[in-house]
Amino acid sequence: MKTELKRGTMTEPVLALDDLSVRFKLKRGELNAVDGVSFAVHRRETFGLVGESGSGKSVTARAIMRLIPTPPGEISRGQIRFEGRNLLDLPDEEMRSLRGKRIAMVFQEPMSALNPVYKVGTQIGDAVRTNLGLGKAEARERTIELLSLVGIPAPRDRIDNYVHEFSGGMRQRVMLAMALSCNPSFLIADEPTTALDVTIQATILELITRMIEKFDMSLIFITHNLGVVAHACDTIGVMYASHLVELGPRKELFRNPQHPYTIGLLNSIPRLDTRSKHLTPIQGSVCSMMSPPAGCKFHPRCAQAMEICRREMPEFREVAPGHYAACHLHGRN
Amino acid sequence: MDAAVDTAKDATGPLLEVSGLAKHYRLHGDIYSKLAGQKTQYLKAVDGIDFAIRRGETLGLVGESGCGKSTTARLITRLVEPTAGEVRLKGEKVLGFSEARMKRMRSEVQLVFQDPYSSLNPRKTIMHILGRPMQLHGIASSYAERRERVLELLARVGLGLEHIDRYPHEFSGGQRQRIAIARALAVNPELVIGDEPVSALDVSIQAQILNLFRDLQEEFGLTYLFIAHDLSVIRHISDRVAVMYVGKIVEIGPADTVFANPLHPYTQALLKAVPEADPDKPPPELTLKGEVTSPVDPPPGCRLCGRCPLESKVCSESAPPLRDTGDGRQVACHNI
Repeated sequence: MKTELKRGTMTEPVLALDDLSVRFKLKRGELNAVDGVSFAVHRRETFGLVGESGSGKSVTARAIMRLIPTPPGEISRGQIRFEGRNLLDLPDEEMRSLRGKRIAMVFQEPMSALNPVYKVGTQIGDAVRTNLGLGKAEARERTIELLSLVGIPAPRDRIDNYVHEFSGGMRQRVMLAMALSCNPSFLIADEPTTALDVTIQATILELITRMIEKFDMSLIFITHNLGVVAHACDTIGVMYASHLVELGPRKELFRNPQHPYTIGLLNSIPRLDTRSKHLTPIQGSVCSMMSPPAGCKFHPRCAQAMEICRREMPEFREVAPGHYAACHLHGRN
Repeated sequence: MDAAVDTAKDATGPLLEVSGLAKHYRLHGDIYSKLAGQKTQYLKAVDGIDFAIRRGETLGLVGESGCGKSTTARLITRLVEPTAGEVRLKGEKVLGFSEARMKRMRSEVQLVFQDPYSSLNPRKTIMHILGRPMQLHGIASSYAERRERVLELLARVGLGLEHIDRYPHEFSGGQRQRIAIARALAVNPELVIGDEPVSALDVSIQAQILNLFRDLQEEFGLTYLFIAHDLSVIRHISDRVAVMYVGKIVEIGPADTVFANPLHPYTQALLKAVPEADPDKPPPELTLKGEVTSPVDPPPGCRLCGRCPLESKVCSESAPPLRDTGDGRQVACHNI
C-alpha cells in the first residue's frame, strides 16, 4: 500500500498521501473521518476526489492544508509529502508560508469564504501584499490583473465592489483570483461548482482547466458530481465512509469500474440520453461513522458481500495498470 | 396537442391548467423610496406562463435559480397570490375558491419541498406529522384508525413501522424525504407538486427517492408537477417537460422530443452545459454569452436577448409567443 501507488511514469509525485488518517474526538466518541487514505498527484495532473456527503473528501483536503481544527480533530496517522517534504513535520510558521503561496484552496461557498465587509480588492490585495510583499499601489494593479484574468468584466470598476454585489459565478471567479494571486503550484478546489447553476458551472470548469494549464499547476478537485470529474480530471479517487475504495485513470474508471460502490453510484445517476423506468439505487444508507461496521464499510449495502467482507477490511489492490480497488472480489484467486 | 390526449382518461380535460399566470413584485414602491428619488421597478418572477397537466402524467419544470420555478408552485397552491392569470383545477377556477373549497383543494394538491430538515416540525413525532393532516381533512376520525393508516403509509414509502413514534432528527435526509412524501400522500391528493424534492440528497439516495415517486404514481394514479434544476433528474421522471428562463416558459413538450432535439437556444445551451458521467460524451460548454438576465424590469423583447447565438432584430422588439412546432411541443423563439 505504501509505494505501489506511484504511477508508471518515473517522475516523483508533487503530492503524495500515505496512509493518511484523521480522527475527531467528540463527546459521543471517536470518529475516523479519514482512514488510511493513500494517493499521489503528479505535476500538471488533475486528481478528482468523489464521494457522497460525509465520506471524508473535504477533511482530506483540509488535512493537506493542515486546517484540521485541533482539538477535537487530529491527524492520527500517515504522511503528506509535498515537494519532497512531509507537511506534518513542518513547523507552523513554515506551513503558513506554504499556504496560499505553494498550495491554494478554493471553497464551495464563496459567500462565506470571502469577507462581506471588505471590498473584494482589499481582500485579494491583502493576500498579495502579505504573501508577495508588494506595496499598496502594486498590489492594486496586481489585483486588477488577476480579476481580468479570471474573466471579471471591467475589473477596474469591480475591484471596489463588495462580495454581495457579485453573482454566484462571479464570486467563485473572485475566489479563484485570490487562490491564483501568489502563483501556487498546487490548487485544491473543494466543491467549487456545487452551489452554481449548470450553465455557470460550465464556465467555471472551463476557467479552472484553463488556469491549471496556464500556471502549470496540479489540482485536486473535490466533488460529489460524477459528471464533473468525468470531464475535468485525469485520475479519480472514490471515497466511501472515510476510505478510498477505488482509484484509477478517468476513462478506465468510468468504463470499467471495479468496486461495487462505484458501480452502484454510476447506476444511480439518471441519464440524459435515455429514459429508463427504474434507476438502480444502492440499497440502504451510509453507515454511521461513529460505529462503522467491521470489515468492509460497504458490506451492509453490497449485493455481493461475502463472509470475509464482514470480518476483514479489504486491501487496496491493483486490478489493472494504474487502477486500484479495495474489494475482496478482486485479487483473491 | 397530440394523439395521446384523446384517451379516455383525458376526456374530462386536464387536471391542472395554468394560463397567463404572473407574479410581479414591486420594488422601491414605498413613499420613502419615492422621496429618495428611486424609481419603482418590478421584479417579474413569473411573467405570463401557460401550461396544462393531464391526469396521471408528470410535467417536469426545469430552469436555473431565480427563473420562477418555485414561485410557479406557490402560485398554483395560492401560497402566493398571483398578479395576473388563471389557475384551473379540474376545470374550476382556483383563484375564485371559497375558504371551504380552498381547504378541500389543500388535500387535492400537496407539496413536497426540497429540504426535509426544515419542512418537518422537529417537535412532533412521525405519528403526529402524518396523522394530523388526516385529522384536519376528516380522512380518519379516530386515533386508532389514523395510527393504522400512518403505519400503512410508512410501509408504503419504505420505512420501518417501529419509526412511528420517533422524531425527525432521528432520521437521515433520505428517510426524512420519505416522511415528507408520506405526509403528502396522507390526504389522498390528486396532484403532488415536488419543489426540488431530490436536490438535497446524495445520488445513491436520490435514485431511491426517484423510484419511490415513480412507484407511488403508478399505484395511486398521481399527477406530478416535478420541479428540479437537474436536467437528468427531469429527463428521468417527466412525461413532458417545460423549460423556464427568467419568468417565461421557452419550450414545452414531450420529454423525449425536447431532450433528443431541443429547439430553443436556451434549452440547447442548458443541455450542452450538463457534464454527463461518461467521459466519452463531449465536455460541458456554454453556448450563451454573458450572465443570466435580471428579472427586474426585464427587456421588452425576448429574455435571451444579448446572450443568444440566433439573435435578430425582431428579438429585442417583441417577446416571442409560444408557438406549436407540429411535433407536440411549443417553442417561444422568433427564429425557429
